[in-house]
Amino acid sequence: MKVYDLPDSHGHFGPYGGIFVAETLISALEDLRIQYERYRSDADFQGEFAHELKHYVGRPTPIYHAKRWSAHLGGAQILLKREDLNHTGAHKINNAMGQALLARRMGKSRVIAETGAGQHGVATATVAARYGMECVIYMGSVDVERQAANVYRMKLLGAEVIPVESGSRTLKDALNEAMRDWVTNVADTFYIIGTVAGPHPYPMMVRDFQAIIGREAIIQMQEDYGRQPDALIACVGGGSNAIGLFYPYLDSSIRMIGVEAAGHGVETDQHAATLTKGRPGVLHGNRTYLIQDENGQIVETHSISAGLDYPGVGPEHAWLKDSGRAEYIGITDEQALEAFHALCHYEGIIPALESSHALAYAAQLASALTPDKLLLVNLSGRGDKDMSTVAHASHITL
Amino acid sequence: MSRISTLFGKLRQNRRKALIPFITAGDPEPGMMVPLMHELVQAGADIIELGVPFSDPMADGPTIQRSSERALKHRVSLQDVLAMVGEFRESDSSTPVVLMGYANPVEAMGYDAFTARAKACGVDGVLIVDYPPEESVEWVECLKRQNIAPIFLLSPTTPQQRVERVASLAEGYVYYVSLKGVTGSLHLDLRDVAEKLDGLRSHISIPIGVGFGIRDGATARAVAELADAVVVGSRIIEEIERSPKAEVLTNVHRLVKSLRIAIDAASPASSAAVKLTHL
Repeated sequence: MKVYDLPDSHGHFGPYGGIFVAETLISALEDLRIQYERYRSDADFQGEFAHELKHYVGRPTPIYHAKRWSAHLGGAQILLKREDLNHTGAHKINNAMGQALLARRMGKSRVIAETGAGQHGVATATVAARYGMECVIYMGSVDVERQAANVYRMKLLGAEVIPVESGSRTLKDALNEAMRDWVTNVADTFYIIGTVAGPHPYPMMVRDFQAIIGREAIIQMQEDYGRQPDALIACVGGGSNAIGLFYPYLDSSIRMIGVEAAGHGVETDQHAATLTKGRPGVLHGNRTYLIQDENGQIVETHSISAGLDYPGVGPEHAWLKDSGRAEYIGITDEQALEAFHALCHYEGIIPALESSHALAYAAQLASALTPDKLLLVNLSGRGDKDMSTVAHASHITL
Repeated sequence: MSRISTLFGKLRQNRRKALIPFITAGDPEPGMMVPLMHELVQAGADIIELGVPFSDPMADGPTIQRSSERALKHRVSLQDVLAMVGEFRESDSSTPVVLMGYANPVEAMGYDAFTARAKACGVDGVLIVDYPPEESVEWVECLKRQNIAPIFLLSPTTPQQRVERVASLAEGYVYYVSLKGVTGSLHLDLRDVAEKLDGLRSHISIPIGVGFGIRDGATARAVAELADAVVVGSRIIEEIERSPKAEVLTNVHRLVKSLRIAIDAASPASSAAVKLTHL
């Protein structure tokens, strides 16, 4: 069997990935690459990471059989990898923890991050508090307004939250601003990118830290079910939770399905289905699929879930799509909300709206399969942060 | 011989340094660009760097970001920018024009289509901020096929090995970013610039321009004593931003002329070590 070994030494996944940044950032990225290469195979570092994941994050997260919902759907069995049970309520902390430990080893006293929905910002603020590091979070002013609770959480944890007023004032602009901070303060600052995008080594490094999800799943599936699932399903914004689940399975032949945000529908201009509707280009340090106009300007995206509302996607997903190893499909706001309510109703679990996209596709696929099939869905986060969005969508004022 | 090397040849003969103003194409509005370019030349610009507006200008500070946003409100595309250069060329066949921007508009147009059109419109050089040399092999080949100069950035943190790599690819001039950070930053350490340029000259045979942090006649003059060219961007954009439309040309002219006079007053001494004593 062919062994998957991407990216290459310059961070390329086929034609995607790479290092597309201004000269002023090159040496910082080179330093990061060298340091990460060193600690990637350092038993002491990996031991510390594993210890923190177990005792602070609360891993391993269980695989839960959503029996009632599966029975209701009348098809395949839906299994949930419960990343929502992590400390801070999402998979984001796996990566924030890994990068914070690396920052400490590199002697950086200040961490910065971009955030959209606020989950990565909260995870970063959390690990910064845990290690006594200064923390600055960049967040588009539109997101600051619609995610007020997470802004307060970050502040409680001691982070400074800087609203970004440029561009569309959302996640992509927060990323631009964090890059500007990094290039200015690179001597003492570590930039904790929250997803598998950005210049090399970020897509690889974030994947490696998130791959704990898939590695646990392989063991748990064998222990609990005596076999591996028939398909893996995860939502894709930047794509970190999906790659975390998929990566350890890449050398198998198990189906992998990434679920993008189709917003009001991929036939409209109100979606964030980058791999379905985008074209390859260069943004935020890497070559990947992008939602852009005919002149190469990045256009505003839409999704009910702020965490999927991003015009790019991790370069490894771009490669997995082109190579045919993974499939990518879109789920609309409405379909995601329906799955959200179904999981609340049948299983007593309130999922994040991001994860609800994966759940919605799992429900479709399950209905078309026989009950002996197993679908493993990455339940990447819990939905407490989405209360006001869901209430609003249901025309309820809290 | 290209317009850029002709220009630097002439400047060298006259022991003068180049003044390179940067403006964003389409700011304050598309219709003013060609008159503004001519105004820059009349005020003493040697080369015009024309920014291609982009939705996500990651390496730029707030001033140039806002400038890009104003241009994009007018939906100025890369195609439009090329048309502006073409129109400028109808009445100025000697002033080099260098496009500066980000990768994605070029990716969207395609390398071959872009370089062919750029050549036809009279573009002399292109600097794509987020194409470092490692990702530029095919890109540089395309530019060179059309005799367009690939211009690259060097920074205070660029190690020697990369300087050599840039030296092997770059044509026209190289653009030394004089400080860490984004465009429009405030602090410029002239002593540091002098030392770095001394180091660069042993690898780089083409002219070296210095930009980032040049805000007035005094810094322009000091940089002109060290470098072959002085690049001024954010300060000019600020002038455009704060001027009523009817006064943009006059105000920009006044500013650029003052920079020209300051640069021409720079000491013609040739060794950076000597110049350091003035700092």
